[in-house]
Amino acid sequence: MNINSPGKINLLDWCFVASLMPLFWLLVNIGFDNLGANPIQAVEIRLGDWTLRFLCITMAITPIQIVTKWRGMSDYRRLFGLYTFFYATLHVLAYILVDHALQWRIIGVDIMQSSYIWFGVLTYAIIFLLAITTHKSAKKGMGKYWKKLHRLIYLASITAIMHYFWQLKGNQIQPFLYLLLILILLAFRIIDKRRDRQLYPAVIPDSRR
Amino acid sequence: MIINRVIGQGLAMIIKTKKHIPASEITDPLIFAQRRKIIKAVLASVVAGSGIAGPLVNNQQKWKHLPKAANFPNSLLTTPIELVKNYTNYYEFSFDKEEPAILAQTLRINPWQVEITGEVEKAATFNLEDILNSQNLEEHVYRFRCVEGWSMVVPWVGFPLVKLLNLVKPLSSAKFVKFTSIMQPENMPFQRNKIMLDWPYIEGLRIDEATHPLTILAVGMYGNILPKQNGAPLRLVVPWKYGFKSIKAIVKIELLKKPPITSWNKYAPNEYGFYANVNPSVPHPRWSQISERQLGSSFFTPRRKTELFNGYGEQVASMYADMDLRHFI
Repeated sequence: MNINSPGKINLLDWCFVASLMPLFWLLVNIGFDNLGANPIQAVEIRLGDWTLRFLCITMAITPIQIVTKWRGMSDYRRLFGLYTFFYATLHVLAYILVDHALQWRIIGVDIMQSSYIWFGVLTYAIIFLLAITTHKSAKKGMGKYWKKLHRLIYLASITAIMHYFWQLKGNQIQPFLYLLLILILLAFRIIDKRRDRQLYPAVIPDSRR
Repeated sequence: MIINRVIGQGLAMIIKTKKHIPASEITDPLIFAQRRKIIKAVLASVVAGSGIAGPLVNNQQKWKHLPKAANFPNSLLTTPIELVKNYTNYYEFSFDKEEPAILAQTLRINPWQVEITGEVEKAATFNLEDILNSQNLEEHVYRFRCVEGWSMVVPWVGFPLVKLLNLVKPLSSAKFVKFTSIMQPENMPFQRNKIMLDWPYIEGLRIDEATHPLTILAVGMYGNILPKQNGAPLRLVVPWKYGFKSIKAIVKIELLKKPPITSWNKYAPNEYGFYANVNPSVPHPRWSQISERQLGSSFFTPRRKTELFNGYGEQVASMYADMDLRHFI
């Protein structure tokens, strides 16, 4: 992954390693029996939280790129996008294996009757599609559809929040904070697009995204 | 303390969770928090040669070997006490389930009175000590199922609610019972800041439910007085209903002609019914109730299949024989 400067550890590599820290920390907490009275649910929640955080980080890359005018951040977007998929997959595996111990009938009924899980399933389906079309060959092969498909991350961010919000008994502040962050990230794109249209009215097609 | 324990347990702990901790090895946080008070009280009682050490100290001894309530199998394996103490929904204090163990310690529960009024012949206000002295305390080992999908088995110390109700002689016009929790905003942050529910917390039962022998008022658990976060000094336990029906820290019991408006039902009537009987075939509008995670179970163990009336159908189903349980949630 270190194409530009072999032999030197670059920022991308640091990000790769740092993104494994939440998993490492979770394993330490499991080992030290530090997850409270309902550790199974704690594992699910922790992995879900980190999925949402990586989703936000992934969506923050484009705005950062626009503001800093730093080209070549797509490697970071890909890295964090894949980590979103990584933590989402662990989250799903924790639900199926750790919590439900492969009791498929109960899993089936649970999913059918739990509308908050529908949002989770939809979110994971999107993230899965984006992950398997990560490779350059897929990007080439899909042409303009690749970008269309990968815009589904906006939908995934909203369904992920719904998945969070819809399972809570009371009004809690955390999902609103994530929602606010995601709305800011979405609003940034809309504002940026409008500004582009005003500054460069139909001169050059937008080459940045 | 936790780190030492875990290092000793080695690698097997990586996939296992919560080993049982003998209660004797752990200082009860309630006792710990009150250690100065206890020492003072004990000293005072020695000096004065009287028994003012208070119910706290006495009861610690007294409830160790209580008779078990007759109508239950003793085969239920109780949940480790530390889990029960550190996993409570007590929204007067916090949304978090662990914080009440700390936050609730400021709650004032001494002196404590319970007023019983409404459709009764002899309305009365009882001092907690009088209730404790007059009632036959027994150990009731019950399953406890939260509407959120987790459960535990708790050995409560208490007595059937009906025994207390009989003292005030309910009138035949009494069809429902309303329970009211303590209002102590100076010690309960969510009451003070008016968060979440309309305080104080209110719950209710139909009179036949309230007088059913399984319905108890608990004053203790695991042979000791109730920890504050678990509803001290006096709480309701209705084992065949979702946990939110089992109201904590009761100060008032009213017998009524009409059903009371209860807290969660008022907050979200389509999600939390007045009856709230445990029922795996009636899902919550947003999640399934088919299974439950038992506290204390290890990773990769299946969830427990939730039972109708939480397994107490034999005793309570007849009360709902002519009711559509899908409608009366």
